[in-house]
Amino acid sequence: MSEPLVVLRDVNKHFGDLHVLKDVNLTVGRGEVVILIGPSGSGKSTLCRTINRLETFESGSITIDGKELPEEGKELAALRADVGMVFQSFNLFAHKTILENVTLGPTKVRGMRKAEADRRAMELLERVGVGHQAHKYPAQLSGGQQQRVAIARSLAMDPKVMLFDEPTSALDPEMITEVLDVMVELARSGMTMIVVTHEMGFARKAANRVVFLSDGQVVEEATPEEFFTNPRSERAKDFLGKILTH
Amino acid sequence: MVDILRNYDVIGAFWVTIQLSALSAVGALVLGTVVAVFRVSPVGVLRLLGSLYVNIVRNTPLTLLMVFSILGLTYILHLPFSESASRNAYWWAVVMLSVYHAAFVCEAVRSGVNTIPAGQAEAARSIGLTFGQSMREVLLPQAFRGAIAPLGSTLIALIKNTTVAAVILGTAESAGTLAEVTENEGASLPTFLLFALGFVILTLPLGIAITHYSRRLAVQR
Repeated sequence: MSEPLVVLRDVNKHFGDLHVLKDVNLTVGRGEVVILIGPSGSGKSTLCRTINRLETFESGSITIDGKELPEEGKELAALRADVGMVFQSFNLFAHKTILENVTLGPTKVRGMRKAEADRRAMELLERVGVGHQAHKYPAQLSGGQQQRVAIARSLAMDPKVMLFDEPTSALDPEMITEVLDVMVELARSGMTMIVVTHEMGFARKAANRVVFLSDGQVVEEATPEEFFTNPRSERAKDFLGKILTH
Repeated sequence: MVDILRNYDVIGAFWVTIQLSALSAVGALVLGTVVAVFRVSPVGVLRLLGSLYVNIVRNTPLTLLMVFSILGLTYILHLPFSESASRNAYWWAVVMLSVYHAAFVCEAVRSGVNTIPAGQAEAARSIGLTFGQSMREVLLPQAFRGAIAPLGSTLIALIKNTTVAAVILGTAESAGTLAEVTENEGASLPTFLLFALGFVILTLPLGIAITHYSRRLAVQR
């Protein structure tokens, strides 16, 4: 594996009595694409959100590029600027245009000049194929287009790693492909990615590793080919049996 | 009717009402927004201060605040705004109207914040905005757009509540002038209607504008 970029050590988290993450250990190398997969309630989304502290955790440690995740305040904001996040429900800023959505971070967080931020944002919007929509508002775009804008918004911060929390789960089938295409291209460009998804096509095409979670524990880690064709654990076999029957 | 307009400065009194309304509206909007930010902040102490403010001020009669500003703050605690009794009362009226309505502005803005999906704040945080930046750039602009209708109702209430300032301003503003006219000329329906019309002229166009903008500026999701 390449040099480790994101390292989780013995991470534990509870929601009340529910132990959602149990001693999770995970290392993601620079440039690596890791898929988090598992049944509903297995903690995969929580794990993804814990990496930029949208969820707190009780014990263990998470480091990004050697730096321990700060608890809160300005340092945490600075760290989050380096970690891109793409949500299931896109979460574009509803009162801002597409272009403003992409330039907000660079201008306010990185102190980039507006002209430069606009130029760069247009490049990114072209790259994800929504350049001609730059002056519209999020509600005027389709789900697939909104999600591609959300990816551009994250990329505008030049993140070290990008987190995707079920990026295609809220999309109509024909829009899933356009988002996955952008993600495959991103993976090929060398971006470090942690992706919560059930899209096996994407996993086979772009991922280096699949991490299978069940009941808040990492049960199995393997290459996509190995995991989908020859899972070792009973729980993974059971899970794949259910999602592959249709 | 013409005599009343000739012998009493009705227009001047309404002009004071407008001044009180405008100054207090700005004061209440600024203070109320600050308190609303306190109430949604991640810091427990600020949240507590915010909710104390709202619950104390909202449950205190405005008349009591007005009287307190003169008898309590000016005479007992010696905190006058001006040597002139009328200027002092004028500025204390502005402050008390601001302080009182800020509690309602706060709740309107806070309910506006609550209409925003949680994902908006998460997205703002995850691109690295600090709490202050998230508030300024993402949450408050959307909260205000969602809160135009309740903010408008608060503004209309504020305009009418300026009449309470008569207890310290006397005849300088419209309700005080109405009392003076009634005392000197005897109670008459036309006099009441004249003053009522004055308030309708001030508030009705505002209500129509509020309805218009609350539709036009609503955030599309």
